[in-house]
Amino acid sequence: MPNSRQNSESFEIMISNFEDIILARQKVKFLMGEMCFSLLAQTRIVTAVSELARNMVTHAGQGKMTLFQVDGKRKTRGLKCIFEDKGPGIQNIDEAMQEGFSTANSLGLGLGGAKKLCNEFKIESVPGKGTSISIIEWL
Amino acid sequence: MGDVTILKIGNNIIVPIQTELHDNAARELQTEILRRIERTGVKGLLIDVSAVNIVDSFLGRLLVETAKMVRLMGTETVLVGMKKEVVLTLIQLGLKMQDLHTALNIEDGLALLETMVSNRFLQGRSHAKFKTE
Ligand SMILES: Nc1ncnc2c1ncn2[C@@H]1O[C@H](COP(=O)(O)OP(=O)(O)O)[C@@H](O)[C@H]1O
Ligand SMILES: [Mg+2]
Repeated sequence: MPNSRQNSESFEIMISNFEDIILARQKVKFLMGEMCFSLLAQTRIVTAVSELARNMVTHAGQGKMTLFQVDGKRKTRGLKCIFEDKGPGIQNIDEAMQEGFSTANSLGLGLGGAKKLCNEFKIESVPGKGTSISIIEWL
Repeated sequence: MGDVTILKIGNNIIVPIQTELHDNAARELQTEILRRIERTGVKGLLIDVSAVNIVDSFLGRLLVETAKMVRLMGTETVLVGMKKEVVLTLIQLGLKMQDLHTALNIEDGLALLETMVSNRFLQGRSHAKFKTE
């Protein structure tokens, strides 16, 4: 991600089941509240987190979410969330990002939706190795 | 069935979702709602989401599908109290919820349910008449 520097403190949450998705959401909501994000920003980001965390559980079996504050240009601060898994990876990222595309017979709104709900979205995936997605929301 | 209470009041079932539901709990709640409707034969289902902070594509889809399922059982659904932040987020996410009837609060929701149920009753009668003539 351009123009961002990581602050020292970070949180890691292992995500392997549906209860963990709720814990991940609660942690992000708590941090965003502390950082004084608006309720709308909190709602959008926690929804994106819910989608990306669920993708790790349903498509990769499990994964890890890492959270930290980042400093941007002109004294802005942001929250960065990284989702990493060692699952099957994504063959065709463009296709997977499309609204309605799903290999799991679900809605296929998660990836494309998560991108629309945050300020910055970056996805890397190697078939057979895993997937890494990072999102940033600026204050 | 988790922590959600299902209340039967008059000819309606009211489901206030007070906790954050994980996916399996949400599925169980759906099953429990269908079971209760089957057992009681109520004509209206009101789901109160005023305490729900996050509706993602999973829960959104589940709500829409629950309404479709209970409709096949002869019951109408109204969703009440959705927070404006949740509405904005769902629109941005691209979830299609136009099949779902909504109201601001429980009172409005019950009034809407009453109209929907009586409309459906009248429609049913006119169909029956059409067939016999
Ligand atoms: N972490 C992941 N690992 C492997 N494949 C993934 C991952 N996340 C998403 N995908 C793939 O991208 C597709 C689209 O994801 P998404 O938009 O969230 O829709 P859905 O989860 O409803 O299928 C998924 O069906 C899956 O094939
Ligand atoms: Mg998904």
